[in-house]
Amino acid sequence: MAEFHITDTVDITDVVCPVTFVKAKVALEELDDGEILSIRMNDGEPVQNVPRSIKEEGHQILKLIDNGDGTYHLIVRKVEDEE
Amino acid sequence: MALSNEQIERYSRHIILKEVGAKGQKKLLNAKVLIIGAGGLGAPAAMYLAAAGVGTIGIVDADEVDLSNLQRQIIHTTQDVGKAKVQSAKETMNALNPDVTVHTYREFVDSSNIMELIEPYDFIIDGTDNFPAKFLINDACVLAKKPFSHAGIIRFQGQLMTYVPGKGPCYRCVFENPPPKDSVPTCKQAGVIGAMGGVIGSLQAMEAVKYIIGKGELLTGSLLTYDALTMTFRKIKLPQHVANCAVCGDHPTILKPIDYEQAECDGLGLTD
Repeated sequence: MAEFHITDTVDITDVVCPVTFVKAKVALEELDDGEILSIRMNDGEPVQNVPRSIKEEGHQILKLIDNGDGTYHLIVRKVEDEE
Repeated sequence: MALSNEQIERYSRHIILKEVGAKGQKKLLNAKVLIIGAGGLGAPAAMYLAAAGVGTIGIVDADEVDLSNLQRQIIHTTQDVGKAKVQSAKETMNALNPDVTVHTYREFVDSSNIMELIEPYDFIIDGTDNFPAKFLINDACVLAKKPFSHAGIIRFQGQLMTYVPGKGPCYRCVFENPPPKDSVPTCKQAGVIGAMGGVIGSLQAMEAVKYIIGKGELLTGSLLTYDALTMTFRKIKLPQHVANCAVCGDHPTILKPIDYEQAECDGLGLTD
């Protein structure tokens, strides 16, 4: 993860859908445009759905890292929506 | 202020929406809504706004819960009969959501208290059951530049519109003056389907939520009517500006709230 300057991290392994995405979304809303969030999530449903939902919100997925222990780190760049 | 984990879970179905998010939920938590009337309209409006996490809710009503209220006023239960409506409403809202601070005002609105009542609030919901109160709330909101939702229900019919200062006509622009005494029955005399309060009161809550989060189009400049028997909604376009309106026109003659004579028993209500 050294190649990214991570601003904040959030762990969503302790919650289930849809709170997984909601927790990640709340963490992203706290960031400024261009800042990077690292999200730790479980294999299975979270890793299938959370990246897609985050992409639909307009943020940029930089990398999905397999930790090899049934969890992943998703690296996301916040894209501020136009208002 | 960051949302707690419990709040993230409680409001997850809001936060998940692109139009709301944590930002919109925080706006709701910081918002102050005054509901005038804890009856057929006010009951569902209060419950949805409390559930939505509107942080401060004021509720105004001088009445006590009556057995005949329970057919439609779902914020009160059989055990509440005889209790002050504002107290019963407060208990239900507190039980629904501890995030909400409820202020109760056990009084009828009139020209002497209306300005003070609405002053601390961001949005007003008219859930009253009589024309004098409806014109009073309209005039006060126009004078104090407060947005509000008007609604009325009777039998199988309901209507609502939203006033936002500078964004379209007020209730008086459309209806001018209260109808002559006894020309319109109250819902006590005429009856009303309980679910009508649910439909229209919920739409009032929806308007308040949209106003607070700043998304979508409000019923400013239109009147929405609902006929349950024919299952028809009509959205009637209203004039954007009524130059001769007595309160918000070019040369207003109403410069402070006025009291119309209240009819015998419970008023000239179109509604409840």
